[in-house]
Amino acid sequence: MKQASLAHIAVVVAVLAAVPLLTASNVVLNFLVVALLIALVGQGWNVLGGYGGQYSFGHAAFFGTGAYVSAILQTRYGVNAWAAFALGIAGGALVGALIGALTFRSGLKGSYFALVTLAFAEVLRILASVAPITGAGVGILITLDLRPQAFQFQSRAPFYWIILALLAVSFLIVRLIEQSRFGAWLVAVRENEEAAKAVGVNTQRVKLAAMTISAAITAAGGAFYAQYFLFVDSGIAYGPWISIEALLAPIVGGIGTTFGPLLGALVVKMLGELTKLVTGDAPGLDLVIYGGVLILIVAFAPRGIAGLIADLRLRFARARPRLRERAHG
Amino acid sequence: MAEPLLRLERVCKRFDGLLAVDNASFAVEAGRITALIGPNGAGKTTLFSIISGFLTPSEGHIFHGGAEITGMPPHLLARRGIVRTFQVAQPFAGLSVHENIAIGAHLSRRARADALAAAAEVASAVGLGDLLGRPAASLTVAGRKRLELARALAAGPELLLLDEVLAGLNPSEVAAMVPIIRALAERGITILMIEHVMQAVMRLAEHVFVLAQGRIIAEGAPQAVVDDAVVIEAYLGHGAAARLSAAGGAHV
Repeated sequence: MKQASLAHIAVVVAVLAAVPLLTASNVVLNFLVVALLIALVGQGWNVLGGYGGQYSFGHAAFFGTGAYVSAILQTRYGVNAWAAFALGIAGGALVGALIGALTFRSGLKGSYFALVTLAFAEVLRILASVAPITGAGVGILITLDLRPQAFQFQSRAPFYWIILALLAVSFLIVRLIEQSRFGAWLVAVRENEEAAKAVGVNTQRVKLAAMTISAAITAAGGAFYAQYFLFVDSGIAYGPWISIEALLAPIVGGIGTTFGPLLGALVVKMLGELTKLVTGDAPGLDLVIYGGVLILIVAFAPRGIAGLIADLRLRFARARPRLRERAHG
Repeated sequence: MAEPLLRLERVCKRFDGLLAVDNASFAVEAGRITALIGPNGAGKTTLFSIISGFLTPSEGHIFHGGAEITGMPPHLLARRGIVRTFQVAQPFAGLSVHENIAIGAHLSRRARADALAAAAEVASAVGLGDLLGRPAASLTVAGRKRLELARALAAGPELLLLDEVLAGLNPSEVAAMVPIIRALAERGITILMIEHVMQAVMRLAEHVFVLAQGRIIAEGAPQAVVDDAVVIEAYLGHGAAARLSAAGGAHV
């Protein structure tokens, strides 16, 4: 698969950055902030799942840790919001490294790995719903303080640019991975772990590093969520919904590609909005839609929308000379 | 006498009740091609997996240039220069031929460009130069065997463990592969090969070990080994050597 160049990344980010200049609609901006947030969370999943082939069902563990660490540090310890944001990322990375060390050392693969990551996230959710420090069942409300120093803004545009900047950084991280020896080793682990070992790849360490990076990116999404909505509880932070969003975006968009998570997040979120328009706000219906989309993608476009586009382009390139012949003939 | 490149000392491997490798001791001298032959199920691949770190022996010791390497994981052994191929080719199926070989080359090269350049060189040395851009999954059996060899080679081995790289090839493909393997030995790579294609063993190997039911039953120059009555009986059954020499006598 062709890798995204720096120029591609620059164009995509520039186009997205212009959106708030074209519209002041809060509905549009709110939609895009949430879509880019899911894209970021999905990019985290993509590093481990798309490039490394380790399918996690529990990325909520990292998202939630990012959100909670940031919220707790601000509300209970008076830490500056930006510093709390950074520490939230570090906390998520740490949880990723811990879960990675435990699961990979015990040799868990495939569906076993998926189930155990799901279990870790659920354990954290239940702990967070009873522990006093996380606000137990009530959750944490971050005090309103609409100043940039407090990572809070009057309008949605600054939030939008910040989540876009975070996503841009994630594009660059993925590109760095693609171009590095670590990335080659990570893909080798995905393709054939035994063969990778035979040519000197320390597969445990590669997987652990990928999980740590993956967790850090997803935790950045969680910490951003806390700042944007100023509220966190156990169901939001560690709930299965975010684990599903995290894997749905890259799978729909194109697994193991730079832009797959963004593409997938936009498509899935748009579908979600459309269903709401058609059916009203019936609870759980968006999940039904997600399930349907996932089945269609897995059945008809296993490489996601990005793969579908590549196939169509190839078919078009092959068909073009024939069309020209027909036009001349 | 100098320490051999690889030495096995009374290596045993037990799978529950089954003794797959039984007290195997042998040595591979540096700079030559050594073959490990034996009937199906003799434990050859198990022994390879032990040497390359994929299995740990139940008993015994393995030395690499005098240093004990028993129980070391595969990636550390590969870094020491002991690299294996797999009997059933194990390509990185989703990657191109070029990328497959580059993974091997990355062992000693950090930069992507260096690894890709080295991979292209290795590919032409084993006759894959024209297939660099092809997906590994699209290769024929012969192509996969070459890829298996190329990837191991790109890792820069001192001791190359070839597990039946000729199996499944037709006679002309075998004939094409033999000079490639010999060229590797001439470049100074020590080779230990498991092989069933006896014609190739006779042409390539300087020293042969015969493994049967987990035990080393004979060793020596290729011709001496195939004439050995014990070896013939291991392959063809008890009394076969006597019958063969009687039949051979009748024909002459």
